[in-house]
Amino acid sequence: MRANTWAGRNKVEVRDVPDPRILNSRDAIVRITSTAICGSDLHLVDGYVPTMQDGDVLGHEFMGEVIEVGPGVARDRLSVGDRVVVPFPIACGACAACAAELYSCCENTNPNAGIAEKMFGHPVAGIFGYSHLTGGYAGGQAQYARVPFADVNPLRIESDLTDEQVLFLSDILPTGYMGAEMCDIQPTDVVAVWGAGPVGQFAMDSARVLGAARVIAIDKEPYRLRMAEQAGHTPVNFEEVDVRSALLELTGGRGPDKCIDAVGMEATHGSAHIAAYDRLKQAVRSETDRPHALRQAITSCRSGGVVSVIGVYGGLLDKFPAGAWMNRSLTLRTGQCHVQRYMKPLLARIERGEIDPTRIITHTLPLDEADRGFEIFKNKEEDCEKVVLKP
Amino acid sequence: MDLTATTTIRKPAPEVYAFWRDLENLPTFMAHLDQVRTTGATTSHWSASAPFGKDLEWDAEIVDETPTEKIQWRSTGEAAVPNSGTVRFVPAPDGVSTEVHVALVYDLPGGAVGKAVAKYFGEEPHQLLDDDLRRLKQVLETGEVVRSDGAPWGKRAREEFPQRPAQPLSDAEVEKGAEA
Ligand SMILES: NC(=O)c1ccc[n+]([C@@H]2O[C@H](COP(=O)([O-])OP(=O)(O)OC[C@H]3O[C@@H](n4cnc5c(N)ncnc54)[C@H](O)[C@@H]3O)[C@@H](O)[C@H]2O)c1
Ligand SMILES: [Zn+2]
Ligand SMILES: [Zn+2]
Repeated sequence: MRANTWAGRNKVEVRDVPDPRILNSRDAIVRITSTAICGSDLHLVDGYVPTMQDGDVLGHEFMGEVIEVGPGVARDRLSVGDRVVVPFPIACGACAACAAELYSCCENTNPNAGIAEKMFGHPVAGIFGYSHLTGGYAGGQAQYARVPFADVNPLRIESDLTDEQVLFLSDILPTGYMGAEMCDIQPTDVVAVWGAGPVGQFAMDSARVLGAARVIAIDKEPYRLRMAEQAGHTPVNFEEVDVRSALLELTGGRGPDKCIDAVGMEATHGSAHIAAYDRLKQAVRSETDRPHALRQAITSCRSGGVVSVIGVYGGLLDKFPAGAWMNRSLTLRTGQCHVQRYMKPLLARIERGEIDPTRIITHTLPLDEADRGFEIFKNKEEDCEKVVLKP
Repeated sequence: MDLTATTTIRKPAPEVYAFWRDLENLPTFMAHLDQVRTTGATTSHWSASAPFGKDLEWDAEIVDETPTEKIQWRSTGEAAVPNSGTVRFVPAPDGVSTEVHVALVYDLPGGAVGKAVAKYFGEEPHQLLDDDLRRLKQVLETGEVVRSDGAPWGKRAREEFPQRPAQPLSDAEVEKGAEA
């Protein structure tokens, strides 16, 4: 089959690879009809996540049709012909983490848990197409994928919604929603979201759905801010204005009640010398993450507020504003999304028309043009917000 | 060499104990074992190849056990690498899970066998036992050892690092892997 693979830092390559096969009895094989490129893929391709290997199949946002199921999958759970969206964290459904609905912390699905434990203190779940640290699972930017624990993970789509309407249930819609949910939003809340990428946009929409009084979008890409503004959110361009002053102005001096970091470890900084400091530390590996958005979210948040982090961090960071966090009673919440927890309720919201996930799609390309998709998504060319690939 | 490791399994102690007490189950999750054969009520015959540089076999006997709580065993006769172990099963505070606490002791001989064992266990030997217990947990909680494209052979995951790429296996690889 054709599959988009990691081919070294800053390089992806669509190659011919063997078709996937059943390796465990509860696996299924899915013929992929739609898949997408995510900001998390950029961290891998930019070389910020260790344990990537030449030839790793990328992609963790995909859906399609079940073409084979292993002997351990009960037919009432999943059958050949079912149309499914596959969540990016692989969960076993049986461990204590899964029982607590902490699916991205599943204790059983990472065969390389020992390596992850060294890095993170405790292991994390397996994730499709997302380094060997999270298991070494082939991803879904491909014609077919093997889906483990197929009786637990995939969401069956029984209505006639389009792929574009449901594809993002695999990751970014639940992720944005979890970012907002962790904020415990009250009707009086002003919620500020750093990053107007796909994840940020869905965090903003979710904050509004959950009843926020006002949602602020912070980014530097005018077209992404315009997209947020068209959806009813208030844009702040951090290259044009001082974010702190803008946020104080927008909140009568209080600061946002809730702050969401939807940027992660490759944030850029308006101030050149701070950006250079972190870029250098990252280059010499004395710091693995560039936490500008996170620092700013913490210092901007009103006292007693919540800072919710859905942007991905991989290792260590520097100059964490612990004083602001501690002395002003901030709550810091975070996590790789527990996608399985949110798929059904969010599908219902899509069916009711409360959220329109298609609004962020700017490009649809054949799988064979995945490298161009990465190029324009990464470099913010052609006003690219989200790329959907068709195998 | 003394190794200890512990894990928590979301199954009641009697079930975890029973699985371990059927010693023939040990090779499904213990990387260094090829086979364990029960030879009597408390005796068994073990074989291993990976850590020792050559095929080794030895007899073992259970020297102490308390059903659902504890099993203690040791090698008997002329084992090339005399060894012993204890596993305790302790109900966890959540009321549904069981803590498994394992302690193994290897009497490393001199010469090639001792060197091979030391090399196999490496600088942080307890990690292999940690991995064994992770697989025990996988087997008891999910039914089997979990495989990925990068780590398709279950028990061999760590020794293969850096692994094959995370892409599906070819027919040739599947054939080769099945033999190894
Ligand atoms: N927690 C999860 O489960 C999960 C799931 C999916 C994605 N993610 C992460 O979410 C993050 C965003 O993903 P995405 O797909 O939207 O990526 P993206 O790269 O398209 O979006 C990031 C946006 O942040 C902006 N940005 C950069 N520096 C900034 C700063 N200092 N302040 C404000 N904005 C800044 C960029 O201009 C860009 O528009 C990534 O880190 C990704 O890995 C997390
Ligand atoms: Zn993603
Ligand atoms: Zn689990």
